[in-house]
Amino acid sequence: MIIPHPLLGPRDAAEFVYLGDAALIDRPDWQAEDALAAFHDYGYLRDNPAGPHKELWYHEQGDRSWLVVTRDTTTHEITAVELARDVARSRGRSA
Amino acid sequence: MTQQYRIKGGGQIDRSTDIAFTFNGKAMKGHPGDTLASALLANGQRLVGRSFKYHRPRGILTAGSEEPNALVQLRSGAHQEPNTRATTVELFEGLAATSQNHRGSLEFDLMAATDLLSPFLAAGFYYKTFMWPRAFWEKLYEPVIRASAGLGRLSMQEDPDRYDKGFVHCDLLVIGAGPAGLAAALAAGRAGARVILADEDFTPGGRLNAETLSIDDMPGADWATQAVAQLTAMDNVRLMIRSTVYGAYDHGVYGLLERCTDHLPDPGGKPRQILWRVYSRRAVLAAGSTERPIAFGNNDRPGIMLAGAMRTYVNRFAVAPGQRIAVFTNNDDGWRTAADLSAAGIDVPAVIDSRDALPPIDLPGIRHVRGAGVVDTVGRKGVRSITLTDGQMIPVDGLAVSGGWNPNVHLTCHQRGRPAWRDDINAFVPGGTLPPGMAVAGAANGALTLAAALAEGRATANAQIKELGFKPSRAAAPRAEDEPRESAPFWYVRESTKRAWLDQQNDVTVKDVKLSYQEGFRAVEHLKRYTTLGMATDQGKTANIPALAIMAECTGKTIPETGTTIFRPPYTPVPMGALAGRARGRDFRPFRLTPSHDWAKANGATFVEAGNWLRAQWYARPGEQGWRDSVDREVLMTRKSVGICDVTTLGKIDIQGRDAGAFLNKVYCNGFATLAVGKVRYGLMLREDGIAYDDGTTARLADNHYVMTTTTANAVLVFRRLEFARQCLWPDMDVHLISTTDGWAQFAVAGPNARALLRKVVDSDHDISNAAFPFMGCAEITVCGGTPARLFRISFSGELAFEIAVPARFGHSMMDVLMEAGREFDAVPYGTEALGVMRIEKGHAAGNELNGQTTAHNLGMGRMVSQKKDCIGNVLSQRPEMIRDDAVKLVGLRPVNRADKLIAGSHFINRGDDATMDNDQGWMTSVAYSPSLGHSIGLGFVKSGDTRQGEIIRAVNPLKTGEIEVEIVSAHFIDPEGERLRA
Amino acid sequence: MRYSAFRILREGLTGNKGWKPVWREPDPKPEYDIVIIGGGGHGLATAYYLAKEFGLTNVAVLEKGWLGSGNIGRNTTIIRSNYLLPGNEPFYELSLKLWEGLEQDFNYNAMVSQRSILNLFHSDAQRDAYVRRGNAMILAGADAELADADQLRAELPFLDFDNARFPIKGGLFQRRGGTVRHDAVAWGYARGADSRGVDIIQNCEVTGFDIENGTCAGVQTSRGAIRARKVAVCVAGSSGRVMAQAGMRLPIESHVLQAFVTEGLKPVLPGVVTFGAGHFYVSQSDKGGLVFGGDIDGYNTYAQRGNLPVVEDVAEGGMAIMPMIGRARLLRSWGGVMDMSMDGSPFIDKTHINGLYFNGGWCYGGFKATPASGFCYAHLLARDEPHPTATQMRLDRFMTGNLIDEKGQGNQPNLH
Repeated sequence: MIIPHPLLGPRDAAEFVYLGDAALIDRPDWQAEDALAAFHDYGYLRDNPAGPHKELWYHEQGDRSWLVVTRDTTTHEITAVELARDVARSRGRSA
Repeated sequence: MTQQYRIKGGGQIDRSTDIAFTFNGKAMKGHPGDTLASALLANGQRLVGRSFKYHRPRGILTAGSEEPNALVQLRSGAHQEPNTRATTVELFEGLAATSQNHRGSLEFDLMAATDLLSPFLAAGFYYKTFMWPRAFWEKLYEPVIRASAGLGRLSMQEDPDRYDKGFVHCDLLVIGAGPAGLAAALAAGRAGARVILADEDFTPGGRLNAETLSIDDMPGADWATQAVAQLTAMDNVRLMIRSTVYGAYDHGVYGLLERCTDHLPDPGGKPRQILWRVYSRRAVLAAGSTERPIAFGNNDRPGIMLAGAMRTYVNRFAVAPGQRIAVFTNNDDGWRTAADLSAAGIDVPAVIDSRDALPPIDLPGIRHVRGAGVVDTVGRKGVRSITLTDGQMIPVDGLAVSGGWNPNVHLTCHQRGRPAWRDDINAFVPGGTLPPGMAVAGAANGALTLAAALAEGRATANAQIKELGFKPSRAAAPRAEDEPRESAPFWYVRESTKRAWLDQQNDVTVKDVKLSYQEGFRAVEHLKRYTTLGMATDQGKTANIPALAIMAECTGKTIPETGTTIFRPPYTPVPMGALAGRARGRDFRPFRLTPSHDWAKANGATFVEAGNWLRAQWYARPGEQGWRDSVDREVLMTRKSVGICDVTTLGKIDIQGRDAGAFLNKVYCNGFATLAVGKVRYGLMLREDGIAYDDGTTARLADNHYVMTTTTANAVLVFRRLEFARQCLWPDMDVHLISTTDGWAQFAVAGPNARALLRKVVDSDHDISNAAFPFMGCAEITVCGGTPARLFRISFSGELAFEIAVPARFGHSMMDVLMEAGREFDAVPYGTEALGVMRIEKGHAAGNELNGQTTAHNLGMGRMVSQKKDCIGNVLSQRPEMIRDDAVKLVGLRPVNRADKLIAGSHFINRGDDATMDNDQGWMTSVAYSPSLGHSIGLGFVKSGDTRQGEIIRAVNPLKTGEIEVEIVSAHFIDPEGERLRA
Repeated sequence: MRYSAFRILREGLTGNKGWKPVWREPDPKPEYDIVIIGGGGHGLATAYYLAKEFGLTNVAVLEKGWLGSGNIGRNTTIIRSNYLLPGNEPFYELSLKLWEGLEQDFNYNAMVSQRSILNLFHSDAQRDAYVRRGNAMILAGADAELADADQLRAELPFLDFDNARFPIKGGLFQRRGGTVRHDAVAWGYARGADSRGVDIIQNCEVTGFDIENGTCAGVQTSRGAIRARKVAVCVAGSSGRVMAQAGMRLPIESHVLQAFVTEGLKPVLPGVVTFGAGHFYVSQSDKGGLVFGGDIDGYNTYAQRGNLPVVEDVAEGGMAIMPMIGRARLLRSWGGVMDMSMDGSPFIDKTHINGLYFNGGWCYGGFKATPASGFCYAHLLARDEPHPTATQMRLDRFMTGNLIDEKGQGNQPNLH
C-alpha cells in the first residue's frame, strides 16, 4: 500500500506502523462517573467496519507523524489522510 | 545422431553454436535460443517425467510456463532445483537435468503400479479409509503416502546463490511483450511516459515468435525485433526480459521476479534473481492467452501436445515434435497448426474437428474429419496411434490438440475481481473490478486475433497515459490481419470410455469431476479441493476451464454460474530465496553494535543478541573454566571494588518543552510533577489497559529538559507511545521528543570505588561527592578536560553507582579512559550476565517479570499507581480481577537445600498438593547463581506472595528435573536497606 | 454410508457408481430450535456435537457461500495445545484429545497427523518463558518436551545452527501436535451433522436478526426468514459485520493473515517448526508442499488479500531457519480475514440479547480449536452454561479484568 502523507507525499505503507481505529484519539475523562465503563469501551470495543475506516498510522521510518488515514477496509482505497494532531484538536483535545 | 528432429532452416536458434547438455545423464546437444524442452524434442526425447499420483509416463504438453508435465530437476548439488519447467529453461552449456517422481528409471518406474490400482484410487479415496487402527496413520499409511507424493527433491543444503531486491517506479507498467504489449509500450514510450515493459520469456515477442503471421509486411518475429530495437533506443523505456510480473498488489504496486543468471552455467558473482517491487501509476496487462486441451481417453501420452505449442516448436525452435502428427481441434486456430506443421514438412494425416463445418482455411492434401473426436490413443511411452469416434485408427507419433484459448486474466483477479464469461470466444475475460490503475489489452482481454491485439494494445496504452497527462504520439499503428478464430464449446469426448485427463500433473480425470459431482462436491471450490484439480505447480492453467465446463454440464448450470476458483499470487511460482533476498543467515536482521563493541571484542567478550543489539555477555579471562567463572568474578569484583558496563542499549529519549514535566506526569503512573532539576526518578509506565509496560529513570537536567531511559527491548515502542500521547492525546502540550539512544554512549560504573574512579575522569570543577551529588542526582558535566558528558547517580546493581554518558563518538575512548582510570582499583568490565545476576540479587524486575501480563500490583508497586492524577493506565488498572488480594506477587526464592539449582519457568505448588494446574501457585521468573551468597537465588510470582515470606513451597519442573523445595523470601537478597547505593 | 477399505474395493470394482452425496442440499425450513450462522469449521462442528452429544437435530447451519469456505478452507493446518494460561490450556487440550479420536468418531479420514510441533527459542529469556509454558502444559495434562540445540541438531539437521543471526538455543516440542487435512474436517463434520438430520444450507446469507424486546427470535436471510429459539453466530472474520446487524460492537478487529504453500517436494520436514526470532511457522503437507505463514498484515481489512512486505518478511523468516528452502518455489498465497480479539483469546458466550450467542475472536488460531470450539459451543447452546474448559472465554472479561493474554501484548489486536 501507499499512503499519501500530507507533508511528505506518497510513502510506502511499510514505513509506517499501524495502531487501529482513530477513535483511540477520543480518550475518556478519567474523572467521569462512568470512567471505568468509558475506558472499557474506549480500550476494547471497536466498530470494525467493512467500508471506510478512519485509522491511525505512525510514520516511524519517516517524520514520526501520527496520521489519520481514511481507508476502505474492503478495497484498501485511501480517500483522506490528515495529521492526527490536527484531527485531535478538531475533536476537542488540547493539553 | 543428435538433434534428429531439428527442422532444416528457420527458427530463432543459433545453429552455428552447439550447446552440450544432459538429460538423465544422457548427452545431448542443442543451440542457443533453445529451451530445454525444445532441445529435448530436437533430440527425440519425448518421455520426460512421471505424473503425481499414477506415475503415468508424460511428455511435453506446452511451450510455456503453464506446463504441467515436463518438470525436471535442474542442476545438481546445492544448486539442485526441483520442479523446473523444461519449457521455460533456457538451454546453457553443461546443463544437467534429471526427471523426477519415479522409483527406478524414468522408463521403468516401479511406482507405475499405482496406475493399475486406479479404480480404487478415485478422487478423495483417502478420505474414506486408512482410519484403522488409529495409530497406523502416522506409522504406516502416511509415511507411504508422503514418500510417493511430492515431486522433486530439495538438496537439503543451503541455497548457495544470492538474491537481490530492487524498487522501480514508472508511469506505465506493460506486462507482456507480445503484440499487444509491444504496441502498448511503443505508444506510451513515444509519448514520453516512463515505461517498464516486462516479459517472462528471454525473447520478447510472445506469440509473434511462434507464428507465421505478418505485421507491416514483415514476419511477426522480425517486427517484434524491430519494435524491441525502437524501445531499447528510448531512454524512458526499460525492457525487462526474463521477468515475470507475479502479483498485483495495492495501489499500483506489482511484484516482479527477474531471472538474471538462471540461463548461465554460473552466475559469475551476479545475483541469481532479483525481486523487484514495481511502483506504477498505471498498468497495461498484455499477458496473452493460454491454450487449453480437450479431454479424451488416454490424452496424456507423450507426443500429445497443445496445438499452439506445436507451432512454437516448429516455427520458433525449428523442432519437429513428430514426423506424423494429427490435429484435433474445436476451433479455427487448430487448423493453423496443421498448416504450419505441413509447411515444415511434417506429415499431417488428418485434422479432426469437433465441429461439423467447412475448413476455415484450405489445406490441400490434408484429410478433414468433421464433427468427430479422438476417443483413445495407444502408446505407453509415446503415442503411436489415435482412435476416432467413428472407430477408425490413425497411426501417428504426435497429436496436436486445441480446445480454444483462455485469456490470462490472473493478475486482474489478484484483488479479488471476478472474470466474466464471453460466449463468443468460450472463455473468461477480465471482468468486475480490476486492480485500480490496471487496464487489459490483447489476447488477455479476449482480443485473440493479431490485428485486434495490436490495435487494442496501442489504444489502451494511449488511454492510460492520457489520464496521466501525456499526449499520445501520432505514429502510425502497425498493420496486420485478423486470423480466423471461431471456436466451439466442446470440452471432452463423451464417447471415451478410457480415462480422460484434465489436470495432467495431479492426475484428475473427467470421471473424477463427475464423481465429485455425484458425491455432492459441486461448488467449484469443493471440486478443486476434493479432486485436487488445479492445485499442482501449474495451478490448473490448462485444466481448470474444461473441468469447470464438465461440472457445469453435471449441475445443469452455465459455466459463469458455476464460477471459477480464485486466482491468487504468484502468477508463476517464486523461489523462497528470491522472496527473502539478502536477509538471510547473519544478515537476516541488521546488527546494532554498542560504542564499546570493538573494545569488548578486543578484551575477550562473548556477545549475546539483545533484540538487534549485540551486547557483551561476559569477559573471559585466561584460566577461567567456563562462563560461570567469568560472571562470578565480574559480580564479586564489582561488589568489592568497581565494575564497568556498557548500558548504551537502554532507550534514551530527550524530552523538552514547557509542558515536559506535565507530560511525564501523564505517561508515568507515579508522580513526576515534583521532580527537581538535577534529580532522577524511577518511573513505571503502564499500558492503557493497566498492565505494567516499561520502567526506567527520568532525569531533569533543566527546567524544561528531561532525559528518559527505557528498557532496551522497549526503546522504540515507548518512543512510539510517547509520540502518540503527544500528538493524539494532548496535542497542545508544548513537548518535543527525540530519540537519543544512539547519540549517547552510556556506561554504568558500579561498586564501592566507583566515585574514586570517576573522580579521575570527571573534570575537577564538578563536585561528585556524596553530599554534592547524592543518590538520584544528575548533572551535565565535562570529562577528560572539556568533553561534554552527563552523569547520573543511579544504580541497578545496588552498589554505589553512576551512569556516565558521552556523545557516542567518544564511547570507545571513554571505555579506554574508564578502564585505565580503574586499573588501580582492579576495575572489571562486566557483561549482561553479571548485570542480570546483580539485578536479581537486588530484586529488580526486568523483562521476565515485566512480560506484558503483570500489573504493578503483581510487581509489588501497586501503590505507585497514582489515582490522584490523569495518567495512562490508571483507570483500567483498577478493574476488580486485577487488584485481587490473592493475586500473584513478586517475591524472592531460595532453595531449601542450598545446593539445589533453581530453574526459571518452574511452577510453584504447595506442599502436599498434587502437581496440577488447579493447584498452581505461580512461577519462577528469573534465576541466578549468586556468588555473593554462594547459592542459587530466584525471583518469582507467588499467589499472595507478599504475605507468605518464610513459607516453603515446591518448585516443580516436570519438563526436566522434577521438583525441589524453595523458601519464599524477600526479593532484596543483598543490602535490603540500600545503604551501599547511598554511600 | 459407512466408509471403509472394503467399500472402496467394492465401489472400485463397480465403477465407483454407488457413492452417495456426502450431504443433502435442503431448502431452509421456516423454523428451527437452533440456527447456527456460519458453515465453517466451528459452525459445522457445533452442529455435529449438538446432534451427537446433545441429541439436538432440529438445527440449521446457514452458510453464505459454500460449506467450509471460512478459515477452515484456508489455513496452515496446525493442531497443538501448547498454551500457557489456565483460561486457554484445558480448552486446547480438550481440542487435541478430540482431534485424536475424531476420524473414528465421524468416520472420515481427516489425516490427523501427530507429527509434532517444535517452537524454537533463541535466547535465555525465551527459554525461560518456554519452560514455564511447557510445565504449565504438563501440569494441565498435556505433553511437552524441552530440547537443547544438540538434540535439535540431531533431529533436524537442516536447521541453520551455524550461521544464524539469532542462534537456535533449543526448542519446546509438543509431540502430540501436528497437522490435519483442513477441508476434510469441514466435510467430515458436515457429513456427520447432515446424516443426523441437521440442515446445512449453503448460499444462504444472513441479512438481519429478528430482535424484539431484547430477545432474538430468528434471522432474515437471502433465502427468507427463519425463526429459531436460539441463534448461534460463528462467523470468525465476519464477526464484526454480522454482529453489527444485532447492534453489537465487539472487542474484535478484522485483519488479514496470509498463508503460503510451495510446490510439492519429496519429504523434507517431519513436523511443524516455528521460528522464535521472527514470525514463521511451517509444516509439509502429505502432498509435499511446504505450508507456512507468519504475521498478519497488521491493518484492519475484510479484503481477503495481503501485501508484499509481509510476504517477504515471512520468506525471510523461513530462510533464516531453513536456508535449504531457497530453491523451493512459493506456489500460492492466500489472504484470510481473522477475527483478532483484544487479548488474543476467543469468546464462546451468550450475548446480552436473549437467544443470541456468540463464538468468535479466534485470531489466527481457530483451526486447532475447531473440535473443542464446536463441543463447548454446543454445550453452551444445549445447557445454557459454559463448558468447564471454556468458562473464561467471556465477552465481559475486559470489564472485570480477567484477561487471557498469552502474548502479553495488551489491547492491540494486531500484536496478538
